[in-house]
Amino acid sequence: MKDDRTTQIVLAAIAILLVVGFFLPNWAMFLLTIALAKGMLVLGLLPLMRTGLVSFGHALYYCLGAYAAGGLGIAWGISDVILMMLAGGLAAAVVSFVLGFLLSRYRGIFFGLLSLAFSMILYGVLVKSESLGSTDGFNVVKFTLFGIRPDDEMVRFTMLAVAAVTCGIAALALHRYLGTPLGLLAPAIRDNEIRVEYMGGSARYAIHVIYVISATLAGVAGALVGAAVGHIDPEMAYWTQSGEFVFIAILAGTGSVIAPFIGAIVFAVIHSFAFDFSPNTWQMVLGGALFLIIVFLPNGLWSLFGRRLRARG
Amino acid sequence: MAQNTSNYILEATGLNKSFGAVTAAKDINISIERDAFVGLIGTNGAGKTTFINMVTGYLKPDAGTIVYDGLDITALQPRDITRMGICRSFQIPQLYNSLTVFENMMVGLGVVLHHAGRGGFFSRGEALVPGSEKPLHVVADEILARFDLSSYRGRPAQILPGGVRKLLDIAMTMVASPKILLLDEPTSGVSAEEKFGIMEMVMNAVKQAGATVLFVEHDMEVVSRFSQRVIAFYDGRVICDAPPDVALNDAEVQRYVIGGHRAQG
Amino acid sequence: MDKIIAVFIDGIIYSSWLFTAAIGLTLIYGVMKILNLTHGSFYALGAYMAASLTGALLAKGMEPMLSYAVLFGSALFVALVLAPLIERGILKFMYSKDEVVIMLITYALFLILEDAIKLIWGVSPYFIAEPYGLLGSIEFGDLIYPTYNLFLIFIALISGLGLAWTLMKTRVGKLLLTVIHDPEVSRSLGINVNKFYLITFTFGSLLAAVGGAFTAPTVSVVPAMGVEIIVLSFAVIVIGGMGSLPGAAVGACIVGLVRSISIHYAPQLELFVIYLVMAMVLAFRPRGLFSTAEARKI
Repeated sequence: MKDDRTTQIVLAAIAILLVVGFFLPNWAMFLLTIALAKGMLVLGLLPLMRTGLVSFGHALYYCLGAYAAGGLGIAWGISDVILMMLAGGLAAAVVSFVLGFLLSRYRGIFFGLLSLAFSMILYGVLVKSESLGSTDGFNVVKFTLFGIRPDDEMVRFTMLAVAAVTCGIAALALHRYLGTPLGLLAPAIRDNEIRVEYMGGSARYAIHVIYVISATLAGVAGALVGAAVGHIDPEMAYWTQSGEFVFIAILAGTGSVIAPFIGAIVFAVIHSFAFDFSPNTWQMVLGGALFLIIVFLPNGLWSLFGRRLRARG
Repeated sequence: MAQNTSNYILEATGLNKSFGAVTAAKDINISIERDAFVGLIGTNGAGKTTFINMVTGYLKPDAGTIVYDGLDITALQPRDITRMGICRSFQIPQLYNSLTVFENMMVGLGVVLHHAGRGGFFSRGEALVPGSEKPLHVVADEILARFDLSSYRGRPAQILPGGVRKLLDIAMTMVASPKILLLDEPTSGVSAEEKFGIMEMVMNAVKQAGATVLFVEHDMEVVSRFSQRVIAFYDGRVICDAPPDVALNDAEVQRYVIGGHRAQG
Repeated sequence: MDKIIAVFIDGIIYSSWLFTAAIGLTLIYGVMKILNLTHGSFYALGAYMAASLTGALLAKGMEPMLSYAVLFGSALFVALVLAPLIERGILKFMYSKDEVVIMLITYALFLILEDAIKLIWGVSPYFIAEPYGLLGSIEFGDLIYPTYNLFLIFIALISGLGLAWTLMKTRVGKLLLTVIHDPEVSRSLGINVNKFYLITFTFGSLLAAVGGAFTAPTVSVVPAMGVEIIVLSFAVIVIGGMGSLPGAAVGACIVGLVRSISIHYAPQLELFVIYLVMAMVLAFRPRGLFSTAEARKI
């Protein structure tokens, strides 16, 4: 029953986004697209956080995905946005598969620090690489969808549509995973890793799998953002970007696959208004919000919604 | 792989283990026949838990071997040993506190399914559990029923009363269809009236599953009533290995285990 | 040969700076087991306070040689005012939480303080060059170094030796060492661990502020200073061993020399080689080279 409810909501949300989105002004469509993409990345953080692990280096895959997408355009003139996302996801999957062997052995702060180190390595490499534009980065080719380049007025909406559908698929897939018996391994590992081992399970293996899934989503998100913005640079790998993702994850809570998207949209809205109102107090708002959530609402915003949804049955 | 023709499902030979100056196991030789019901007794620190920890792979012995069903398992990890059929329960129940009773069972069953190649990370668990050939949730409910836990099915493990936590902990060991069950103080922390009831339930559940059981106990009444054989530990050695009526009246056992218990209060 | 000497001296100068900047972080981690991101804030605040105060006093005609005292005084002021506020006002209530959660709380505070800096001092860079130029320069053969950079080595030595002496010779220090070594045992010995947290946090923040204050004359003081120093400090203390004072020294030396070598011979590696070493240490010896802490690893 609850399964269906979430699926219904996701499908409804995609429909609403497509319909309502069509009538939004360009800047709003753009904001929404970026928010959805980031929401998808945070969606990937969800199972990882359910195991109790907080990654401070997911910007690694976000940036990797963006550069893979952009690289497609530069190297082979490929502009199809779906291919870009696939490339981003694949690049992230491969790298995370390798790094996962190491990272899956770590917990707590050490997991965070090691993931941080890897993302800063990418940052350092990109900043110094002249061929990739170093700190300036480079522009991404104008994207096409199924071979067609949308008219100027339709560009933003097309991107929004792509984002909405992609995020919807990701959300449904992850929702399915979380509802499976193996999806229960994540909170089990957090609660009692030793018991997991004594039940014949391998915590390390499960974390490795989850890590690759979360990285892949980050890679797709990065590619999407790269294509939507039209420009990528090494700042996408900087640790403060990872910090932003962690913030959204905490804001959202891990209660449902819908939560990360709500968190990302709320974040984007607050960012817009707070930043426009006073650019020099934006981080103060962020820090204050983070603090309040950690202390008073440790299960994120979703703990407010989730209760009502559950009460309705 | 050589056929295991011996009667023994578990053979521990020459086990030794020291922690610095403390010797927790001195030359332990124990052979367990199939379908046995063995009680391990001894005061705290006598070596019973160390023995269990070595059998389950949590500790590696300094010397000696452990052979399970013809296979040398001495160097294996707990997860591999569990998958091969040796499961243990814990003195302090080790549960997944944020999950419900039902979910606690499902985690283990999901792992079993996964390991048997019948379920991946996106499978909803409609595949059949190897052995019983029934879907996961059916097996989970069956095991819960055997332990009289069905009424607690939807409760978070965190808020369960003590005796129920104990039962759930033991129920979780049944999930992997163990051939050997190691129960670490199954009735500790349980009120005197409940002790026998719990052991009865465990025995019935286990007999249905057909497993060999080793259980650590401090309550001699439970030991004499439920075990066919008693192994007594003291100072890292086995000081007696006999049927309960013999073992519990043995002079050394009286002095070092039962008397020791009285001294420890 | 000149080049090797240049690499070495550059390395030691950078190492000294790193050491001074990072030792507060490792002290706080060692005693409180907190990875404290406000470290970056105190560093930046120390720099800003030093730059603005020294600038203002010099403009009023202060004797230039006194500026070094003002640098230190600024750091002292920042730490003594803000650190107790943060520790007693906020952190004290958070100690029961998970280590990652506490780290996130310090991150929240860091974000707030970053903007506080922008509000107080604005976003334009500050320059305070006098203390830097005042000491002139020293020649080593063909190489010329501003004496101030070598002065940084001196500051690092004082901080390190001062902290070491405090830890090993004073009563408070020895108790702190016990707590670093084993918090559980310390509690059972009756040590009021929480009382020491205030001292530790303040002292650690002071060290960070001193690092910032004495760096101020060598750079343009900008809000981003705090952000950069955090990751660098992480790298240093991870490599040396979190919570270890000699470790911080070793970590700083390794990072400093590695960076110097790469700048002179392979500049494109400069930025990432530090984090590569950090990752390698975490991979092969997560406790760092000199550690008291047990890495959480399966």
